[in-house]
Amino acid sequence: MKYKDYYAILGVQRNASSEEIKKAYRKLAHKYHPDVSKDPAGEEKFKEIAEAYETLKSPEKRAAYDQLGTHPSGQDFQPPPDWGKQFGDGQFSFEGADLADLFAGLAAGRHRPGRQTGQFRMPGQDYEVTAHISLKEAYRGTEVELNLTVPEHDEEGFFRRVPRAFKVRIPKGATNGQRLRLPGRGGKGFHGGRDGDMYLNIVVHPHSLFRVNGHDLYFDLPLAPWEAVLGATVEVPTLGGPVQLKVPPNARAGQQLRLAKRGLPRPHGAEGDLYAIVQIVVPAATSERERELFRELAQGSTFNPRGRLQEELNSGS
Amino acid sequence: MEAEHVEAQWLTEECEFSLHELVELSGSSVEELRELVEYGAITPVNPESSQWVFPGQCLPTIRAACRLRVSFDLEPHGVALVISLLDRIHDLEAQMGSLRAQLPRRAR
Repeated sequence: MKYKDYYAILGVQRNASSEEIKKAYRKLAHKYHPDVSKDPAGEEKFKEIAEAYETLKSPEKRAAYDQLGTHPSGQDFQPPPDWGKQFGDGQFSFEGADLADLFAGLAAGRHRPGRQTGQFRMPGQDYEVTAHISLKEAYRGTEVELNLTVPEHDEEGFFRRVPRAFKVRIPKGATNGQRLRLPGRGGKGFHGGRDGDMYLNIVVHPHSLFRVNGHDLYFDLPLAPWEAVLGATVEVPTLGGPVQLKVPPNARAGQQLRLAKRGLPRPHGAEGDLYAIVQIVVPAATSERERELFRELAQGSTFNPRGRLQEELNSGS
Repeated sequence: MEAEHVEAQWLTEECEFSLHELVELSGSSVEELRELVEYGAITPVNPESSQWVFPGQCLPTIRAACRLRVSFDLEPHGVALVISLLDRIHDLEAQMGSLRAQLPRRAR
């Protein structure tokens, strides 16, 4: 079993008062609690912090933990002989167990599910998992393989961390932040208690072209100045394959052209839309012939793009 | 290791839960859920009915409420306040994401 230094995790001295331990925990929980923190590593850190606090807040468990001695973090160690008898019913199993499992076992010692006559039902644990998928996978639906290490009770009611693999079908219709529930796919229940569920939090990776807003998608459509003025039919990519987009004459920069139902599908209902945002792009290098044509346009046009500025200049003078 | 195949359920407004289903799925008590409704942290689709029905997206909210209550030792009113503030943050983030998606990238 690997040693974890619960005092170091909470950043307190070994002789800290229970009040100091509580304060240290609260401070760290504010920073790393997955429901309030934006730190991507917050969830893992919070698990450690919560595990340390769970043991150190209880005088009984803290005394049992202190009796394990001090070892470097991560080092393999064996609890002292008779430790199990001193702090529980002696029915501990150290093989393959985690330190957290040991203390959970200590708490459950008096009413370990496997040792009871079945009078109390215990639901299985829920698993909360983040599934990262690409935009194309969100569009088509996908199957992801999740490898989790989860705590489970054995027949005797001992906790064990066991590796489990799940293949999860994510139907089309996912978008960023959407939640999926997989009924009965959490930990096993005991004595008629229901099995836990798995909850998936979907994260869609940013795409190089399309930007996601709910089930709508946006992309930039670069147009040459003459295409913007005269209108054009241009080929554009969509997640379902290329389509011909008709750009009306006199398109303005920033104007949004809607391609109905070309966005992400919704789980129950119509697809989102795809929006092309017009950008008017000036050629980086022009030939003498092109410059000549622009000069001709400049001479022949009465267009004044700075009318508003002119008004301001006139009124201020 | 043999992988298990699992079918998924979307937690959107199309999927609905009764009060008792939420109690079972979230591990909260009826009383705790009634308090969350009373303080406006969650809203049933039929607030006037005696048989409340909740939209699917309430479930992650209630589960978060449970975690916050346990982790920070909060009383029901505190939980409801945190949930309301988190909802506002999510709404603002969604609005920011929407504006960012509509903002053209710098032309190359």
